[in-house]
Amino acid sequence: MNPWLNWVIFTIVILVFFLGSVIMFIYMERRVLGKMQARIGPNRVGPFGLLQAIADAVKVLMKEMVTPANADKVVYWLAPIVVFAPVLMVFAVVPFANGALLADLNIGILYVVAVGSISSIGVFMAGWSSSNKYATISAMRMVAAVVSYEIPLVLVIASVVVVSGSMSLNDIVLAQQNYPMLLLQPLAFLLMFIAGCAEINRSPFDLMEADSEIIAGFHTEYTGMKFAMFYLAEYGEAVAMSTIIATLFLGGWQGPFLPPWLWLVLKVFFVFFLMVWTRTTLPRVRIDQLMSLAWKFLFPLALINLVITGAEVLAYPLGIPWYFIFVNIAIGAVLVLLFSRLYKVGGGRVAVG
Amino acid sequence: MANILGSGIIKGMAVTLTNLFRPSPTTQYPEQRLTVSRRIRGTQLVWSMERCTGCATCARTCPQGVIRIVTHQGAKNMYEVDTFEVDSGYCIHCALCVEACPYDAIFMGYNYERAKYRRNELVMPKSDMAIEHEQASGYYHPDIARTLPEQTLLVNWEKNK
Repeated sequence: MNPWLNWVIFTIVILVFFLGSVIMFIYMERRVLGKMQARIGPNRVGPFGLLQAIADAVKVLMKEMVTPANADKVVYWLAPIVVFAPVLMVFAVVPFANGALLADLNIGILYVVAVGSISSIGVFMAGWSSSNKYATISAMRMVAAVVSYEIPLVLVIASVVVVSGSMSLNDIVLAQQNYPMLLLQPLAFLLMFIAGCAEINRSPFDLMEADSEIIAGFHTEYTGMKFAMFYLAEYGEAVAMSTIIATLFLGGWQGPFLPPWLWLVLKVFFVFFLMVWTRTTLPRVRIDQLMSLAWKFLFPLALINLVITGAEVLAYPLGIPWYFIFVNIAIGAVLVLLFSRLYKVGGGRVAVG
Repeated sequence: MANILGSGIIKGMAVTLTNLFRPSPTTQYPEQRLTVSRRIRGTQLVWSMERCTGCATCARTCPQGVIRIVTHQGAKNMYEVDTFEVDSGYCIHCALCVEACPYDAIFMGYNYERAKYRRNELVMPKSDMAIEHEQASGYYHPDIARTLPEQTLLVNWEKNK
């Protein structure tokens, strides 16, 4: 296909997918969250409250733009864009069907990790330039969390790459022809999910937006459309992370009967459902718990998982046999149980249950 | 089990998942209404013109002094009520007037939806209280209570009914 035509078509596809998913995510989050907390959730605007997100967007658009007097103006105005743009760029390498993607980079997943990290700079810019102590604390927490959780995240992705033998997302999906990576790498899925939730700052790891401690964190001083950009980027990151998890572990567009893109959308929504589910259930962690979970639990487990996966691939270079599904599930369960014994917070003076 | 990291998380996740498939215990008020208690002291008083003799016992009993009653001497040496007004904005719904009335002419109302935009709209004239078209509550009047529908109790309320 003509590269320019390809570019135009997939830019439109990505924009539609992105904005549609964000609106549906916001709706789904509020409805599912409500149901799980024995409430009903938004149900007034449009049928079943479907237009609630649009009503909120219109409200935010009409708000006054306020810039704090002491703000670093250029950085303050640039921050929402720096946060938002990389989120959209992640989708360039996500396959919607076999070979149907904007750019089939042979280092696709590396690109995702690299580009995805840029938005944390934007968050830090926002927190720093607002000249607000809560915003700065939030930005500091954000950097600490992202730096810590990026490491297990990348290690887990590396173990997936070792199994599939490619960094291109399309090839990773093709490698999951027989069974999804979730079965072969159950521990990796768990670690990726936890690290991913922390990476995109979703509850229970939403320390940078901890409204009970630091108001709204880095976007305390933002109003109107600039705030909406942050909100959009927050859910955009959730879409991106769900898409990456669905592509790496749930087989992306692969699936019987339904068209490939629909399978991808369904899987993305399933992963996001898991995120909403954990958000409803779990209270926010403390900052020391956040750090110790990353360094004492996720990081060693991700390393061990990578080593075990490497050994399996070395032993069976032509493809890991199917019965290793059970072996890996058993290894994962044993490792989690073992590390739960070793995992201590606050020098063992704080109970973990 | 208690020492395994994550067992508490799994328990909590199970609770939220069961909530997802449980009908919501809240009611969507304007569309879904529950039947109120048969002995509700609603935001209204109901008054019977026929039974009222204009003795103004209710006005004297009222701790807030919100009942205003003006009478004149009519035929057969009986009072005739010119004005009977209750400022329900000051009414505390204590129902002492209902209990005091020697002729059972005043009742608590069954209606609870009388929100108004202005305070002076809360002053109920005779026409707003006429027993002919306003439902009286069963408070202090078991005979009326018996005719009213039974209250919906949330413990045995099924949404699909």
